[in-house]
Amino acid sequence: MALIELKNLTKTYRMGDIDVHALRGVDMKVEEREFLAITGASGSGKSTMLNILGCLDLPSSGEYVLGGTRVNGLDKRKLADIRNEKIGFVFQGFNLLARTSALENVELPLLYDRAGRIKEPARKAVEVLTRVGLADRLHHEPNKLSGGEQQRVAIARALVNEPAILLADEPTGNLDTVTSMEVIDIFRDLNRQGMTIILVTHEPEISRQARRAIELRDGRIIKDVVL
Amino acid sequence: MKWKSLIKVALKSIMKNRMRSFLTMLGIIIGVASVIALISVGRGTQSDISGKIQSLGTNLLMIMPGASGFGGVSRGAGSWHTLTMADAEKIEKEATLVTQVSPVVRRSAQVIAGRNNWFTSVQGVAANYTIIRSWPVDRGAFFTDRDVKALAKVAVLGATVADTLYPGQDPIGARIRVGNVPFTVVGVLSKKGQNMMGSDQDDIIFAPATTVLFRLGDGKWINSITVSAVSEQETEAARGEIETIMRRAHRLAGSEENDFSIRTQTELNEMATSVTKMMTLLLSAVAGVSLLVGGIGIMNIMLVSVTERTREIGIRLAIGAREADVLVQFLIEAAIISLMGGMLGILLGLVTAEVIGRAISASVVIDPVTIAVSFFFSGVIGIFFGFYPAKKAAALNPIEALHYE
Repeated sequence: MALIELKNLTKTYRMGDIDVHALRGVDMKVEEREFLAITGASGSGKSTMLNILGCLDLPSSGEYVLGGTRVNGLDKRKLADIRNEKIGFVFQGFNLLARTSALENVELPLLYDRAGRIKEPARKAVEVLTRVGLADRLHHEPNKLSGGEQQRVAIARALVNEPAILLADEPTGNLDTVTSMEVIDIFRDLNRQGMTIILVTHEPEISRQARRAIELRDGRIIKDVVL
Repeated sequence: MKWKSLIKVALKSIMKNRMRSFLTMLGIIIGVASVIALISVGRGTQSDISGKIQSLGTNLLMIMPGASGFGGVSRGAGSWHTLTMADAEKIEKEATLVTQVSPVVRRSAQVIAGRNNWFTSVQGVAANYTIIRSWPVDRGAFFTDRDVKALAKVAVLGATVADTLYPGQDPIGARIRVGNVPFTVVGVLSKKGQNMMGSDQDDIIFAPATTVLFRLGDGKWINSITVSAVSEQETEAARGEIETIMRRAHRLAGSEENDFSIRTQTELNEMATSVTKMMTLLLSAVAGVSLLVGGIGIMNIMLVSVTERTREIGIRLAIGAREADVLVQFLIEAAIISLMGGMLGILLGLVTAEVIGRAISASVVIDPVTIAVSFFFSGVIGIFFGFYPAKKAAALNPIEALHYE
């Protein structure tokens, strides 16, 4: 069974008097261990899709099944729990808490690990930071870190709860080319180790690094290729 | 989310904005401090007053002319002429629950001794007055029953009067003039200090009731009768007995109101207590308003804080915080701010109470219950006024919050 299954998914926003059709019937399957890039021009619906995949938003119609669970129809509490257990987010702007050390930033999702899935949380946070190569930056605050380092802290934060998928929204958008490649290398390594990754980007060089690319236009998938 | 980390997160955000947190607390600090200070001083004053009333003797009864009960509308108690020496004698003769009776005839007069003179109160009483008031003589002696019967022109000076008229000298045997009447000083009373209204009890001259009544007064009406009951427990019974005797003496028909009133120390005590209670209540209301304002201050700053931290809230929601987690986080922050304010307020209040107590030389009673209640109440205020901002934070849309600039 596929890890992610979207069936005829639509999303319509109401902006004033106009209905904005962000997604107009998307069908997609993502298997475990895939590294998928979603591309498209701005306004193509890729951000909306990522929000829905990340359980931050619900579709207007259609079906979203994540790891066997039908997501649409769940209440906010359950969605929060899914975000905590199954999804790791990496954002374009890093979105780290200011004046909070790298370690404390990474520990943040563990605060909301209600089921206590992660044993030895203190060690886990250090472990994932070590995995992204920041073992010597544990107590640095974000403003003392370079952009690449900040994004690696964000990746560590996304990994700490052992999610089923890593969702990245323009993760290299604020980084220079060299640093971008470093970050992408981390994603490729993680994927090689078995992590399912979905990455949204508008940069062709970035999407080429993935193993499958989907292109959206006007809320529909117009291209789905294995690289 | 564990309590320990919740409190840690809250403390961290409070420490990040030290100045703002302190200003937020200020309302609560002032509110709690005024509650603590006012109640401590109020309680202290109350106990001072009841202590002074106790020192008068708890088995004391006072019969005053005028309407019974408190605050007759048309006739103020004490200003009426209804009591005579005969009333005092009747009570002494007939009442069984009474040990001492003394009429009191009060006059004010200019007192002249050699080159010094002083305006003071002259009270005509019976020879047993020192026993009733448990007020010993310091030098010389009090006048006797014989002096009272003989309308002797003898006087016993209060300590203040003695010091003023005879600074550094022994006034015993000296001659003084009260108004136009010459008196011989036979004794000086020990110092008694201020009474509960704060006036000097030693600024007084005692003379035989008869002498004051006939030489200085109108020869008929006396101001009050002071009686001591056999014991404190019998005060109420003695009051009933005296009332019956007085009504008979004044030939009052069954439907007529008393033309006199009887007050006991317990009543005086209650009256004084109710006055200070009123004061405390009133001041507490003022303090309550300042606590309310403090609470609104907390709400205000928390709303600002929620707006400022929109992105943080978005991050927390994205990584799996439930709405309830965000709500609790902000509530705890508000509660900690107000509890810290409460704590500082308690300290400030205790210091203020001590300072006020010294300034007005009143005792300060520190009541642990008041402190506990103020502390608890400041927490409640924080949670109450923190709820709306916290609710607002929890209801944020995570997508919009994440992209908030």
